[in-house]
Amino acid sequence: MALIEVSRLEKSYGAIRAVKNVSFSVDRGEVVGFLGPNGAGKSTTMKLLTGYLRPDAGTAVVAGFDVVEHPVAAKAHLGYSPEGAPAYGEMTVREFLRFAAELRGLTDPAQRVADTLKLCRLEEVAGQSVDTLSKGYRMRVGFAQAVIHDPAVLILDEPTDGLDPNQKFEVRRILKDMAARKAVIVSTHILEEIAELCTRVIVIAQGEVRCDESKERFLQRGADLNQVFRKLTA
Amino acid sequence: MTHNPDSPTPRPGAAFWAVLRREFAGYFRTPLAYVFLAVFNAFAISLAFFVGNIYEAGVASLDRFFLYHPWLWAFLAPAAGARLWAEERRQGTIELLLTWPVTVWEAALGKFFAAWLFLGCALLITLPMAFTVCYLGDPDVGVIVSGYVGSFLCAGACLGIAAIASALTRSQVIAFVTGFLACFVLVLVGYGVFDELLSGAFATGTVEEIRRLGLWRNLEPFTLGLIDLRPTAYFLTVAFAGLGLSTLIVERR
Repeated sequence: MALIEVSRLEKSYGAIRAVKNVSFSVDRGEVVGFLGPNGAGKSTTMKLLTGYLRPDAGTAVVAGFDVVEHPVAAKAHLGYSPEGAPAYGEMTVREFLRFAAELRGLTDPAQRVADTLKLCRLEEVAGQSVDTLSKGYRMRVGFAQAVIHDPAVLILDEPTDGLDPNQKFEVRRILKDMAARKAVIVSTHILEEIAELCTRVIVIAQGEVRCDESKERFLQRGADLNQVFRKLTA
Repeated sequence: MTHNPDSPTPRPGAAFWAVLRREFAGYFRTPLAYVFLAVFNAFAISLAFFVGNIYEAGVASLDRFFLYHPWLWAFLAPAAGARLWAEERRQGTIELLLTWPVTVWEAALGKFFAAWLFLGCALLITLPMAFTVCYLGDPDVGVIVSGYVGSFLCAGACLGIAAIASALTRSQVIAFVTGFLACFVLVLVGYGVFDELLSGAFATGTVEEIRRLGLWRNLEPFTLGLIDLRPTAYFLTVAFAGLGLSTLIVERR
């Protein structure tokens, strides 16, 4: 069974159908790039998948648990960093991660925090409050809370948004290291990220899946990815 | 079914305690908490002395001290409760919290009790007032204890209202102002001026029923040493109805 199973998801905000009949599944070892213009329904699909929003119809199953029927079990197997990597600004990085670890009921939270700080290279800012961090560090804090419990499923909404090339490289490196053991979905509108990071591409536009294929096939669609993107999302 | 041994379903209660600890500590992370505690104390004591003339009364009792507590809570419970959900919405952390393995109810309970505990701390700091009365005279300690119990319950009721206000907005200022106004109405109910206003509009029996909904009317028995079922139930009902309604509002996001 796939770690992520999405079947006929529907979500409307008032009269606007943000997500239309979206289905896909993601296996362990896959890194799926969610591609699409702003407002295409990427974030909404992620919010449905993580149980933050309730779908109007359809199901999302994470690690075997339906996110609506068994939200707590599903969320225990899920790491999620929302767009902009929100965090409790007044807490220090260490306190924030400690809180995430305790809330998740992890055994030996102190050790988990130490390991995660190291993994995400946050040790030098561990004692700083999140509000005082640069964007690059903030994004990494968001990433850190998502991986602190070594989840089977990782969902990251624009994890490299606003980072400089070195920071992007760093986030991708960490992701690649752990990808083999997880099912990962990464939303992005940076096309180069697909080739760098992903094993598969799902293009979403106007709330619909426009294309769902392996990275190799996607890259064969044309030399100019921008043009491919425009065509698919028109 | 796929299971990852590294991400177990957390034991029940872990999230509640984690949220409670974080929220409670959160009050002391900013200078605001100390300002709050100082303001509460300054007002609690000066109202009792300068408006309530507790000293001139020459009676070793705290009833004139508790008399002003509904006013204090109406103002300060919304101040402490404004951040409950509004701040989560503003920072966007609500999306984190609610995608962590915690039910909305667990999170809401943790937040509510942390805030209530904080208000309890503000109340505890006024204890020297009680000691002073004990030093100066020979008050009935039972009456003082029941007064403190009543005041704490009254704080919970105001906090319940504040929680609703906080769940409805992402602005702490709006949460505070609406929470304060709602509590303020409950303070006014039962005061003379407001009664006259009501008498003009309703029958005497109805006015009496409405009066029963006032904060002071329910706190008064406690300050006389009576821990009655009815006012206790009133405060707890308002507190937990507020908690429940605010949670439903968050859940329906």
